[in-house]
Formats: sequence, C-alpha cells, structure tokens
Amino acid sequence: MHPAFSVIFLTTLLGAGQGLFLALITGQVYSRIHLIDAQSSDYYFHGSLIALALLVLGLIASFFHLGRPERAWRAASKWRTSWLSREVIVLPVLMGLVALFSLIHWMGWTQPFVVAGDDALPVDASLLVGVMGAIVAFALFVATAMIYASVKFLQEWASPLTVVNFTFFGLASGFMLAAAYSAWLGNDLVTFFGTWAVIFTAIAFLSRGASLLRNRHIKYRSNLKTAIGVRHRDIAQKSQGFSAGSFNTREFFHHRSPGTLRRVTAVFMLLVFPVPVVLIGVAYVTKSPTLPILAFLIQYLGLVAERWYFFAEAQHPQNLYYQTVS
Amino acid sequence: MTQLALVIDLNVCVGCHACVTSCKQWNTSGWAGPMVDENPYDAAPTGTFFNRVQTFEVGNYPNTETVHFPKSCLHCEDPPCVPVCPTGASYKREDNGVVLVDYDKCIGCKYCSWACPYGMREVDTQQKVMKKCTLCIDRITDQSLPEAERKPACVLACPTSARLFGDVQNPDSEVSIAIRERGGYALMPEWGTQPANHYLPRHKNRMHITEDDLLRTNNPLKKEDITVYHGEETLEDVTW
Ligand code: SF4
Ligand code: SF4
Repeated sequence: MHPAFSVIFLTTLLGAGQGLFLALITGQVYSRIHLIDAQSSDYYFHGSLIALALLVLGLIASFFHLGRPERAWRAASKWRTSWLSREVIVLPVLMGLVALFSLIHWMGWTQPFVVAGDDALPVDASLLVGVMGAIVAFALFVATAMIYASVKFLQEWASPLTVVNFTFFGLASGFMLAAAYSAWLGNDLVTFFGTWAVIFTAIAFLSRGASLLRNRHIKYRSNLKTAIGVRHRDIAQKSQGFSAGSFNTREFFHHRSPGTLRRVTAVFMLLVFPVPVVLIGVAYVTKSPTLPILAFLIQYLGLVAERWYFFAEAQHPQNLYYQTVS
Repeated sequence: MTQLALVIDLNVCVGCHACVTSCKQWNTSGWAGPMVDENPYDAAPTGTFFNRVQTFEVGNYPNTETVHFPKSCLHCEDPPCVPVCPTGASYKREDNGVVLVDYDKCIGCKYCSWACPYGMREVDTQQKVMKKCTLCIDRITDQSLPEAERKPACVLACPTSARLFGDVQNPDSEVSIAIRERGGYALMPEWGTQPANHYLPRHKNRMHITEDDLLRTNNPLKKEDITVYHGEETLEDVTW
C-alpha cells in the first residue's frame, strides 16, 4: 500500500495520546491504593492536556486523508458494519472523557464520594471518569487496528497481531511520554512509568517481531491465474490499459525499492526498541531530566517509520492487474 | 431478486478499447459531473475510468496466446467494499444489485477501495469522491429509452458483442445461459465476494479428421456428385 503521512501521523499520535492517558490513569490508580506517591491535581491536569493535544493533532491529521473533510460527520453512521465508523465514534468519546478528566483535576473536584475499605480506595469523580476513559482508550486501539486487520485481502494486516501491535506500540510510547513528562517536572514517577514503558516496548518487540516473521512467509491466496481466470503457469501482463499512472498505480504501491524497505525496517527496529530502552536505563542511573524526553522522541520517530513500513509491506491483490505499463 | 451484471466473452474480445472510451464518454457527460481527465494530451495523462482493457500473454513463445481482459466493477453479490464504508455512501441497490457510490455522501476516505480485492474503485481527484462503474445506472433504468438501448454504454459499443448484459439471477436470461453453458467463471473466487460479472473463457474449436472421414465410410454408395460444369448451365441447374 501507499504509506500516506496523514494516516501515519493519525495512528501514531492517537496511540501516544491514548497511551499517555492510560499511563496517567494507571498512575492515579496506583497512588490511590497507595502503591506509589500521590500526585497533585496539576500533575494530572497538565498530563491529560498533553494527551488531549495529541488526540486533537491525530484528528487533524486524519482530515488530511479525506477528500471531503467537511462531510466527516457522516462517517459516524455505519458503526454496525464499519470499523472506520466505530473509530470515528470512539475517538470523540475518548476526547470528551480526557477533557472531562482534565476539567475535574483543574477544578479540583476530587473529593472522594466513597471510600472502599479503611482508606484503601477512595473513589472520586476523576477516578470514575478515568477508568471509563481507560476502557474507551482500549476500545479505540481495537477500532483503529481493526480498520486494517479486518481487510482480509491485505493478508499482512489480517491478523490479530495487528491489534496487539497497535495496542502495545501505543502503550509503549504513551508510558514513555509519561516518563518524559515526569522527568521534565523532576517527579520521581519516572522510574514507575519508565519501567512500564520498557515492559510494553518489550511486548511490542515480541508481537511486531512475530508479525514480521509471519509476513515474511505469507502465502498469497490470489495470483494472476485467479485474477484473470486463466489456468497457466506463465502469464505475463503486456498492457495495463493505459500508459501513465492512475489511482490504481498510486494508492496501492509504495514505489520504493526493496532496499529502502529493508533500511526502514532496520531503522525502526533500532529506534523503537533498543535505543529508547537504553536511554531510559541510563536516565534511571543518571537521574537525567532530559534523557526520557529524548527516549520518547526517538521512539516516536521510530514508530513513524514503523507505521510507514506497515503500509508499505502490505501487498494488495489489485496490484496483480498493474504490473506492466504497456 | 434481480442481479444485473455483465458477462464478458474473452473468446471474442479483440482488445479494441471501444468499451473504455464509450464508458468514459457516457459517464463523463452525465448527471454526476465529469470524470477527471488530467493532462490528456501530455506525457503523463491520468484520470478516472470505470472500465479498462488489459492485455495478457499466456504461455511461452512460440506457444503464446493473447488475452484481452476488460476490467470493471464486478458488482459482487457479497461486496466487501460496502460494509466497510463509514458513511453508507457505498451501497448495493436492493432492486437490481448494482453497487453504487452516493457522491453526495462520500467523504473520500478511500477505505472501500482498499476493501475491493480487484482494484475496481478510483478516487476522482477533482470531485474528491470515490467512483466506480455504475453499470450505466442512468441508462439502464431510464424508462424513456427504447428497451434495446437500456443497456450499459460499453455493451452497446462493443463491436464483437463480447459483452452481454442481464440478470444473472434469472436462470433463463441470456447471461445465465451463457454462464451455464459456456463455462462462465468469476474472478478471484478465493475471497468469496461472489462477483456478479462473469467471464467466458477462451475456447478453441478443434477439428478431428480421421481416416474414416476421408474415406467417407458412412456414404455407403461411395457415390460423389462428379458433374463437371462448363459455364453453359442455367440457373435451374444450380438452384432447387
Ligand atoms: S468488484 Fe470491487 S468495487 Fe465492485 S462490488 Fe466487488 S468489491 Fe465492490
Ligand atoms: S471513499 Fe466514500 S464510498 Fe468509499 S468508504 Fe469512504 S466514504 Fe465510503
């Protein structure tokens, strides 16, 4: 497929935003049950604003993908059958909940209305909204990934690994960002978020590695024989019916050499996995306030490359019909 | 239930592209507005087409065969391009099974084109919406046209009658009979899309002449008409 930067930024920015929000909620739940130090409302307020900003940026990026963005509202109508429609519904819901979560912390509406046990779990509005938001954030991971995983002809994508990858890449970059945010503030939650970021990065490494291996050995179900219905081993296209380009030659192929694809793979395998993990490790030892930020930025860059490759590696069966100009 | 479709006879298609140009002409002049045509006379012309004719060579030289292959939306009975559309712009007509795009609803997200394994949908880069073969819906449903003209432009234009049009659900229609009796097949059956359009395979007529045929063993008297004509005979001699 042709990797469109609108969609690359859409999916990576949303992933980081969802991940960051999930990190903040995880932090809040942990602090409520006294596993880590409690944070000020400001900490959550600013953090969730960053998450919201990422979601908004992702949404803006998505508009660049549409031919008719002014009609985008129509996309909410077919949620019964279309994962894209489901994403279009879930995203604003998540944005609303994240905004509400910020508002609650900003206004300081954090008086617990129920306290479970002996001060074991004070429940306030922010916790309720946060947990709801967390569920919706996971739903968004599924909806976004299923847009790709549900197209069965794109065999590289049509796998549960796609959903796992999107989720763990999002979690990894979000927790990495939470670590960066905490480091910037000089907050000691860096280690907490950094550790989770490393764990999620490791899981993402395993699942992306598995999908890379799977895709290397993929057996394509369509070939020229089934495409034109002629049973012969040797079929060569002599003309695709036109001399220059068309939508079919632009949308479904990356027009890059295999060498470029290999290089991009190498780049993202390096930038997404080992480099940020090493940087977080060094930051842990040196207590650096900036290294986790660098780790996040490098990983994000790697994720952009990963998403580019994700599109480029998918072979659409329609390409069988467009192999020779004339 | 009606399912309108084309049946394309690869045996007689000569690859003349008459269907391509008549399709573009009809559909660029219709109510839906022009189909984009960029740099038509320059080095890199590009634009939207609903129909293309491609050419394939089967076999190895010298035992090769040229197959001209017209390619347009197959109006799948289970069209994967329809459920993925988030807006409902992509739909299949209940009354005749034609798969269409509502150009007023489409947001140009291109998702349906990803979900068509055949690459039959194209974005119009000027109107910024998805377009595809409509089976000339504005012609075939136009009751003011004489019955014989209520056919897609490509069908009317084809000089070799390689394109048949009709209801593939009606077992007695010309298209159903052609599919049934002449080995009509669907493209990429592996995806279960159940294309309504079918293709008729190329076939070869082979004559087997045996020794017996040459000896005319079933002409028991072995009697041939050996009259030699010299030009002086009347019309009565040759017609009866
Ligand atoms: S050929 Fe493609 S565009 Fe046409 S109905 Fe089938 S899936 Fe949809
Ligand atoms: S491009 Fe248009 S018709 Fe296709 S899925 Fe998007 S909104 Fe639907």
